[in-house]
Amino acid sequence: MKSFFAVLHRDLLLAWRSRADLLIALAFFVIVASLFPFGVGAEPNQLRAIGPGVVWVAALLASLLALPRMFSQDHDSGVLEQLLLSPEPAVLWVAAKIAAHWLATGLPLVLISPLLGLMYGLDGASLAVLAASLALGTPILSLVGAIGAALTLGLRGAGSLLALLVLPLFVPVLVFGAGAVDAASAGMGVSAQFSLLGAGVLGAVALVPWACVAALRLACE
Amino acid sequence: MNIFRYSSPQTFYPLAGRMAPWFGVAAALCALAGLYLAFFAAPTDAVQGEVYRIIFIHVPAAWMSMFIYVVMAFWSAIGLGLGTRLSFYMTQALAPTGALFCFIALWTGALWGRPTWGAYWVWDARLTSQLLLQFLYFGFIGLTRSIEDPRRADRAGAIIALVGVVNVPIIYFSVKWWNTLHQGASVSMTKAPSMATTMLLGMLILAFAAWFYSLAVTLSRVRSIILERERHTDWAQSEIAEKGAAL
Amino acid sequence: MLAMLQARQLACLRGERRLFRQLDLTVHMGELWRIVGANGMGKTSLLRQLCGLRHLDAGDLFWQGQALAHERDAFHAGLLYLGHAPALNELLSPLENLHFACRAAGDEVSRSACEAALARMGLSRPMHLPCKLLSQGQRRRVGLARLLLASGRPLWVLDEPFTALDAAAVADLAALLDAHCGAGGAVIFTSHQDVIFQTSLKLLNVEDFAS
Repeated sequence: MKSFFAVLHRDLLLAWRSRADLLIALAFFVIVASLFPFGVGAEPNQLRAIGPGVVWVAALLASLLALPRMFSQDHDSGVLEQLLLSPEPAVLWVAAKIAAHWLATGLPLVLISPLLGLMYGLDGASLAVLAASLALGTPILSLVGAIGAALTLGLRGAGSLLALLVLPLFVPVLVFGAGAVDAASAGMGVSAQFSLLGAGVLGAVALVPWACVAALRLACE
Repeated sequence: MNIFRYSSPQTFYPLAGRMAPWFGVAAALCALAGLYLAFFAAPTDAVQGEVYRIIFIHVPAAWMSMFIYVVMAFWSAIGLGLGTRLSFYMTQALAPTGALFCFIALWTGALWGRPTWGAYWVWDARLTSQLLLQFLYFGFIGLTRSIEDPRRADRAGAIIALVGVVNVPIIYFSVKWWNTLHQGASVSMTKAPSMATTMLLGMLILAFAAWFYSLAVTLSRVRSIILERERHTDWAQSEIAEKGAAL
Repeated sequence: MLAMLQARQLACLRGERRLFRQLDLTVHMGELWRIVGANGMGKTSLLRQLCGLRHLDAGDLFWQGQALAHERDAFHAGLLYLGHAPALNELLSPLENLHFACRAAGDEVSRSACEAALARMGLSRPMHLPCKLLSQGQRRRVGLARLLLASGRPLWVLDEPFTALDAAAVADLAALLDAHCGAGGAVIFTSHQDVIFQTSLKLLNVEDFAS
């Protein structure tokens, strides 16, 4: 576990040192979410209806934007090679990198989402569900996205290729995440959606690091 | 006979060359018979009229597009597990055909939707999943084509194919869930007309046609891939020289 | 005497081109190997194959007599590889980079030991500055400071360790490699410049194995 905490600590420190970049990603999230009323009109009922979906899609795009940063610097500088030569299990430090990436890029989205929900006129209960669904869903985005980031590491046009690879895989998260908020707004239970999202997190945590290690080994050959 | 003999590209190359034309002929025969049944023998549908005949194309194409993705994942797993180059070649030879059938299924779906639902595109669970499957195919092809090192391209493609095949059922389930919550699709495509025997027969024969066509095209495509990728070996060199002399 | 690292019949392809084949190399304790060959002939590729970073297009590797495929963790615990890039993050200080590199590699190294190593490398003053402010030579020395903390790792594989170092630093590094070999370790390295060692140098020219 030494490598897990070493990588987690270092990546969080790096995230803090380059916090301006993280703020830009957060600003992107807010801007994308606030563009929609200009496109569809400011009718309150309509905004309340599309709000959950809009905030979720914006969160999806913001996480996508942050994905290439996960491995690329370490790949260029040779740190990734050194990590692959560590005698400790590679899944541990890969998991640490993904966790640090989520804490730096996913968690801020969760924290600021109620503010965007307010702009769309969601009520208090829906705001809580929105934040909770993002808190469960964005880790899946970071995990699944990590595979795409590792596979496209160092390629020309990596950004758009990454979008093509991972966005279709994000659809279930979007469906259950935004669906939970919709259900809450309609006064229905949200346990089904939350259970599915939770199962998604567990499944992804169990499977993704292995695939990610394989992809990183390929990228470093 | 040792079946692993044919896991070597060199021995598989001539075998594929001998099999491909036969599958091509079988595909043509099935297509002719199936199309005759579909467009002449099968009765007009009482509710939908002649338009329903599109399903003879749509349904086999949709089946094939999903089946090919599963086969790709199968070869990917074999390739990653056993390290056989030929498995990766097969995966890459299958992808364009799968993407083509996916595209046909989408296109015919839209053409069927216009008269039936009154719109070219309806956010029906099946069509939407089909669209996402199309993106998965594009992602696979895009990834394998943009990696220059062939070994990395093979293996990266295999990883994304396996990740995709794990996700396909999840995507399908989520889209179906979403669809039932937001709107009920008025007419489902497969259960639309009650199937007369001739119709069912036509559809099955066309499904076989799609199957044989995929085999024929994939085998001839895998031959090109083998030649391209093995061109530094002596046998491929002499094969290429022979082909060049024949032209 | 049991070989520390043995390579049998290695081959390496880059895309279509075969860089070398049927390459044999046996490294015993106390040996200092220099890999030579023109640019692009596969020196770095060979080093990466020996470390297990790059796949083998043919051949086998053995670590202390055992097939490397089964001994990967033990092998990596006994190996120090320093690549062409010094594996530093620009936003971290030399001290943070070094401490992280040791911990990520599974070594329990204290912060003060890292400080001492950097001081010995002549980096006392910029120790706490972000690496983006350091010169090329200083960055190399941050990377090389790991050698001072890696006495527990018998095999060192170094890709161009002498690049961008001044004459005094070159001599220091040569003495360090000598000391490692003297203490029963082994070193495999590449270099564009000729360096004088106390230990007798063994040469391997990758071009001899080009096809």
